[in-house]
Amino acid sequence: MSTTTITPTSGTPASGTPTSGTPTAGARRTTYPPIPFGRILGVELRKMFDTRSGFWLLMSIGILAVLASAAVVLFAPDEEIAYGSFAGAIGIPMSILLPVIAVLSVTGEWSQRSGLTTFTLVPSRGRVIAAKAVAAVGVGVAGMAVALAVGALGNVVGSQLAGVPTQWDATAANLGFIVLASVLGQLMGFMLGVLVRNSPGAIVGYFVYAFIVPTLSGVLASTQDWYRDVQQWVDFQYNQTSLYDTVGLSGDEAAQLAVTAGLWLVLPMLVGLWLVSRSEVK
Amino acid sequence: MILIDSLTMKYGGFTALDDVSFASEPGRVTGFLGPNGAGKSTTMRIMVGLTKPTSGHATVAGRRYADLPNPGREVGVLLDASAQHAGRTGREILTIAARTMGVPGRRVDEMLDLVSLTPTEAGRRVRNYSLGMRQRLGIATALIGDPHVLILDEPANGLDPAGIRWMRDLLRGYADQGGTVLLSSHLLHEIEVIADDLIVIGNGRIVAQGTKAELLATAGTLVRTPDTAVLAQAIASAGLVAHSSGPDLLRVESDPHVVGRIALETGVPLVELRAAEGAGLEEMFLELTAETQREGAAA
Ligand SMILES: Nc1ncnc2c1ncn2[C@@H]1O[C@H](COP(=O)(O)OP(=O)(O)OP(=O)(O)O)[C@@H](O)[C@H]1O
Ligand SMILES: [Mg+2]
Repeated sequence: MSTTTITPTSGTPASGTPTSGTPTAGARRTTYPPIPFGRILGVELRKMFDTRSGFWLLMSIGILAVLASAAVVLFAPDEEIAYGSFAGAIGIPMSILLPVIAVLSVTGEWSQRSGLTTFTLVPSRGRVIAAKAVAAVGVGVAGMAVALAVGALGNVVGSQLAGVPTQWDATAANLGFIVLASVLGQLMGFMLGVLVRNSPGAIVGYFVYAFIVPTLSGVLASTQDWYRDVQQWVDFQYNQTSLYDTVGLSGDEAAQLAVTAGLWLVLPMLVGLWLVSRSEVK
Repeated sequence: MILIDSLTMKYGGFTALDDVSFASEPGRVTGFLGPNGAGKSTTMRIMVGLTKPTSGHATVAGRRYADLPNPGREVGVLLDASAQHAGRTGREILTIAARTMGVPGRRVDEMLDLVSLTPTEAGRRVRNYSLGMRQRLGIATALIGDPHVLILDEPANGLDPAGIRWMRDLLRGYADQGGTVLLSSHLLHEIEVIADDLIVIGNGRIVAQGTKAELLATAGTLVRTPDTAVLAQAIASAGLVAHSSGPDLLRVESDPHVVGRIALETGVPLVELRAAEGAGLEEMFLELTAETQREGAAA
């Protein structure tokens, strides 16, 4: 993720080097090294948080986390003042809002038209989009790591405040699955971004995808017996969210996750990537 | 050096570009002139690989733009100054460009200085920029990599007179140092002042190209008279060709003294008589614009 500067291989011209910002035009001919992927990645990460919307998304995660942690201390029954509650207090708002950052990172290039500059400076759309995908996943992993660390802190402080023994109710395997769930959530945001390429549209799509579809699926499962039997084979959200409190996947569960992810995540992502490679940027 | 080779661009059944070819040479400012909707922006988008042409290709410095290892260091591009994330500050937009290209961060301040954006303005979000400020930021973004080719779509848009003057000097200096400058405009007079070469496009076709001197040197005489019909007839019977340049204006393919003698012999009162420098180009441009008149039948 280096953002160090690279000087042209053949060096700067011996004479006529601009002392101020005066342009020197093209009396020289230098060969420039290709832009390394790490630099594109660094820039894309920076772009996720340097806008007003990126800043406020981060702020709202922080604010929600503080409020939720306080609520755990104040209102939760003693036996629930445990690590899982505190990690969830920050992890849940993150798992909902971080995918929005992944969405906006892609759609902004079209909706805000900044792609005109982005894809002119890096003509390979594949590299830019790959950098965005890696950045989205990285943000998901880092976000969960922060949530789990802050949750541990909250658990120690919170249990002292509430005057109860400090309880650690999560296993390493569980933490691993939480990170996996977060990564899948980030990829879902990214997928909707490349598929829709329009900020309001993709955000609406995300909330439909993440909340309305699972709710409908749940209602259907509770009223229709035939659906209850197949739900886990068609409902991606069901499988994804159950990762948050699992400590291990059975062979069936792993297959269900893979099948539904293929259907709801990989397939639309391929369509989206194809659209991105073809679409006119203007 | 920019080379455009038989570009054709079709949108469904509509042909936006039809077999467009031209070159923009180093050390020269090339003006890309055409009325609204002629295909200037489309051509420029194809040049930098944002739009795929139906056929034909474009190269910059002998390579496809997309094959340049770090395009921002070689080609400065300004396509649309308003196409920026409204929630970023001007300084942030330049910083992102500088980092992508790998140029030192101090270039950001140098460029802000060059385009006369104050530190306060640079810290403002682009949402709150005036049109001219956006244009300056766009020019700064194009120049930050110190490129040897500039591709600018209507760069004078929204600039105040001092800004236009400044930009003209900047581009002139750029070309004089060996840089290649291609800039588009829909205003003949704006581009006439700065360009060495002119490419005129209308309805997706190149209708004229050459050095400014060549194109403006259309020989002939401009003659203004209330009796254009009578004079035109007399000129025709003298075996000369006259074009209508306006309601009371004729352009005659001959010298002023010949036209003056005909007018005297015909007894037509003259309001004006002069050599027609560049009038041919202007006429052609007006005709082009008239074909795509958006204001309906005006007079
Ligand atoms: N995606 C598209 N679908 C259909 N037509 C298009 C599309 N993009 C551009 N056009 C058409 O192509 C033509 C050329 O447009 P272009 O933007 O290149 O004009 P221009 O010369 O830059 O004009 P202006 O001086 O107004 O900027 C226009 O008629 C435009 O409507
Ligand atoms: Mg245009």
